[in-house]
Amino acid sequence: MTTTSAPPSSPPQRREPAAQKRKGRFGDRLFAGASTGSGILILLVLAGVAVFLISRSIPALTADTADLPNEEGLGAYIGPLIFGTLLAAVIALVVATPLAVGIALYITHYAPRRLAALMGYVMDLLAAIPSVVYGFWGIATLAPALVPFYGWLERNLGFIPLFSGPASVTGRTMLTVGLVLAVMILPIISAISREVFSQAPALHREAALALGATRWEMIRMSVLPYGKSGVIGGAMLGLGRALGETLAVAIVLSASGVVTFDLISSTNPSTIAANIALQFPESSGLNVNVLIASGLALFVITLAVNMLARWVVNRRADFSGAN
Amino acid sequence: MAKRIDVSDLDIYYSSFLAVQGVNVSIEPRSITALIGPSGCGKSTFLRSLNRMHEVIPGARVEGKVVIDGQDLYGAEVDPVDVRRQIGMVFQRPNPFPTMSIYDNVIAGVRLNSTRMKKSDMDDLVERSLKGANLWAEVKDRLNRPGSGLSGGQQQRLCIARAIAVEPEVLLMDEPCSALDPISTLAIEDLMTELKERFTIVIVTHNMQQAARVSTATGFFNLSGVGQPGRLVEFNPTEKIFSNPEEKATEDYISGRFG
Amino acid sequence: MSTQTPVRPVESAQGPVEVHRRLPRFAPSGLYVAGIVVGALLAALTTGGFNIALTVVYGAVLGTLAVWLTSRAVEGRRKASDRLVTCLVTTAFVIALVPLVSLVYTVLDKGLERFDSEFFNSSMLGVVGEGGGAYHAILGTLIVTALTTVISVPIGLMTAIYLVEYGSGRLKKAITFLVDVMTGIPSIVAGLFAFALFSIFFGPGIRLGVMGAVALSVLMIPVVVRSAEEVLKLVPNELREASYALGVSKWRTIVKVVLRTSIAGLGTGITLAIARVIGETAPLLVTTGLITSTNMNPFDGRMTTLPVYAFYQLTQPGFPAEPAIARAWTAALVLIILVMALNIVARLISRFFAPKTGR
Repeated sequence: MTTTSAPPSSPPQRREPAAQKRKGRFGDRLFAGASTGSGILILLVLAGVAVFLISRSIPALTADTADLPNEEGLGAYIGPLIFGTLLAAVIALVVATPLAVGIALYITHYAPRRLAALMGYVMDLLAAIPSVVYGFWGIATLAPALVPFYGWLERNLGFIPLFSGPASVTGRTMLTVGLVLAVMILPIISAISREVFSQAPALHREAALALGATRWEMIRMSVLPYGKSGVIGGAMLGLGRALGETLAVAIVLSASGVVTFDLISSTNPSTIAANIALQFPESSGLNVNVLIASGLALFVITLAVNMLARWVVNRRADFSGAN
Repeated sequence: MAKRIDVSDLDIYYSSFLAVQGVNVSIEPRSITALIGPSGCGKSTFLRSLNRMHEVIPGARVEGKVVIDGQDLYGAEVDPVDVRRQIGMVFQRPNPFPTMSIYDNVIAGVRLNSTRMKKSDMDDLVERSLKGANLWAEVKDRLNRPGSGLSGGQQQRLCIARAIAVEPEVLLMDEPCSALDPISTLAIEDLMTELKERFTIVIVTHNMQQAARVSTATGFFNLSGVGQPGRLVEFNPTEKIFSNPEEKATEDYISGRFG
Repeated sequence: MSTQTPVRPVESAQGPVEVHRRLPRFAPSGLYVAGIVVGALLAALTTGGFNIALTVVYGAVLGTLAVWLTSRAVEGRRKASDRLVTCLVTTAFVIALVPLVSLVYTVLDKGLERFDSEFFNSSMLGVVGEGGGAYHAILGTLIVTALTTVISVPIGLMTAIYLVEYGSGRLKKAITFLVDVMTGIPSIVAGLFAFALFSIFFGPGIRLGVMGAVALSVLMIPVVVRSAEEVLKLVPNELREASYALGVSKWRTIVKVVLRTSIAGLGTGITLAIARVIGETAPLLVTTGLITSTNMNPFDGRMTTLPVYAFYQLTQPGFPAEPAIARAWTAALVLIILVMALNIVARLISRFFAPKTGR
């Protein structure tokens, strides 16, 4: 780096100030500039995502209704997709949240310490499995396994619109998709819940135990109130992930652009992401613009959910006194 | 090597908050100057302003002059990085670099600046600095072990060795013994009296016996009230401060009648 | 203990309830065994044969109920709800393990069939039906992932350095917030972004390996920023001050002290970020496309990647279908192995490169 020759024996005293100084300042300025530039680049990328998506979906927004793939208008095309996206994500959330809270409580307050560390690691692995593999598992294992259960649901609970049937014989239904998504977002919600549960102040916990509370009473009194907004924030993040999940849905779901609350039949609304993945490779011209417009809708929805989630989580951070 | 420090009308701000006001003092070369006073009175802030370390905190700035042998530290052309090479610092808690061996810690100032140096010169520098810090005998057989494996007192002497290895003119010490046990403290105090032959030393301490034992001159900092800036109330030879202080506040503080 | 009346053991608990009585330690597990036995009988009665799934479900429900009722009778209400929650929480945990075990079993079971040397040594060029492999797809995944890493790590790391060492005020807040938001971008949207960006310059039919890398970078950068930021924050300020006090400039302090001290954490974080994007499929579906032959140049033409390969082999197997589906499962297995390997590497990095505290 520096070309200064080694000063003999005596250490670097009275060093050539000018050269060294300019060099140091230049390096500093370069480095500060590069790191600030990287930060600004992130702003630009995010803005770029929005700008490019909008610019490429303008043709679809302004096109004649007759030219669109369904010949009924953009709203009629994207509407059912949004419905399907929300439905699948909500099922996943309803199933995953209680389980995730249970898991987080088990790992933080019930499991023996060594087992807890191992289990935390296993949950992290669950989060790392690629979504395409979840799709494979969903169609090959989960869907066939659920077929008898769907038959049972139709026979015994068919009076509820959700299970009115006719039950799918392949198991590739909205409910199956919801369950696969639930498995996928479980690690996300439980990881965040785990974090907030383990941060519950030891003083509160010990105070509760010292009053003679059982373990459950201690958790209800001191851990759950403390972790509530963390769990909500984690659930919202999981929801964001479920909304945007593509491959697992594309593989498992047997879709046909309808709007229905029937969760166990073989006619289901598709989701935005899955629809893009399935249609995009074979699309051209205006159809591409329509798909990008639907992607823009997904972007806006997930953006809203994520911002809400961050807001909830950060609000907790503000008065938890951490840091 | 050792140099004289002249401070005139120094005000130190954190953003808009005035932390230290109106310091005028002249610190003699080859002496130990102790700064005492209650917590939060600005003595550490003042110490840090002597080598521009306070600038690490965003928003910190000074008004006034700090002159070392005729050179103004806060002149427009002066790079704080160069100032810190001339004025070394030892901190309250020993902070050897955890990724470096004892050897590398001592020559960290050379290594981190990527200055080229012959291996034999480096060996000499390490030995000279560690001997200067009274640590050579204890660590000469394990120079390649991590510096964080030493005891607290040894770590602090390692940090002193690291500071004197860049051959500064002034050595600032910010409560260097407050995290140490009495025996390690004694070792560092002995070391300071040796080092004052070569360096100008300024030390902040909460321990008044320590100030009385090692220093030649003592400055007493105090706050006139909550939210008020700290001031240098009295600066005199140590003997005078501890036997016959000029200011009432100094006497109250030293005799323990401080409220 | 008697397993004859597990559902209503209250009768056997004698006399007035004593608050301080406790169930023996083996009681809960014993009750669960009883519950499972009854569950098996019940399952056999309703379905006319042995049914493992129903047995487990019935067993869990009956066992939990039995523990709760027994505890309520013997130990009192408060203790009983404590035991009930313990049962529920443990059950939740076991339920979560079921899909993991099932998934790993399924993939191993179906993926090992074609886990042979031909799979790793041949592409799909001219292959119809039997044979063929994923050589081109594995290579494509490695190239695209490497390119993604080359783009993402410098940007992510420098941004983290900005946030920890330089940033202040509005810009820092804005970047922190947007990095959080960026973490939540759906992967397919990232793919569409890369497509929209490149199609402006090269027309709508464009498919390139580097497009995939750009899309994946949008997903990887926030992950790198997040993890690097956490790690850099852990470096004690004292070390920075020690370096400044030696007259070391700020950028040298960052490179030689801060980054050097946190190298283990950074390595772990980056490895996990790679593991996160290596299995991404959706963005590659719309950016890199699919070909049957090997393409080593990410700047020219389509490039097959492993997840896309697996997806198409499964969903569009052609005729005959079986060999393609077998290839798809093997590809999924390879993908899982890659991700697990990266996770293990990440753990090893954090174990072996952590600074020695010498305590």
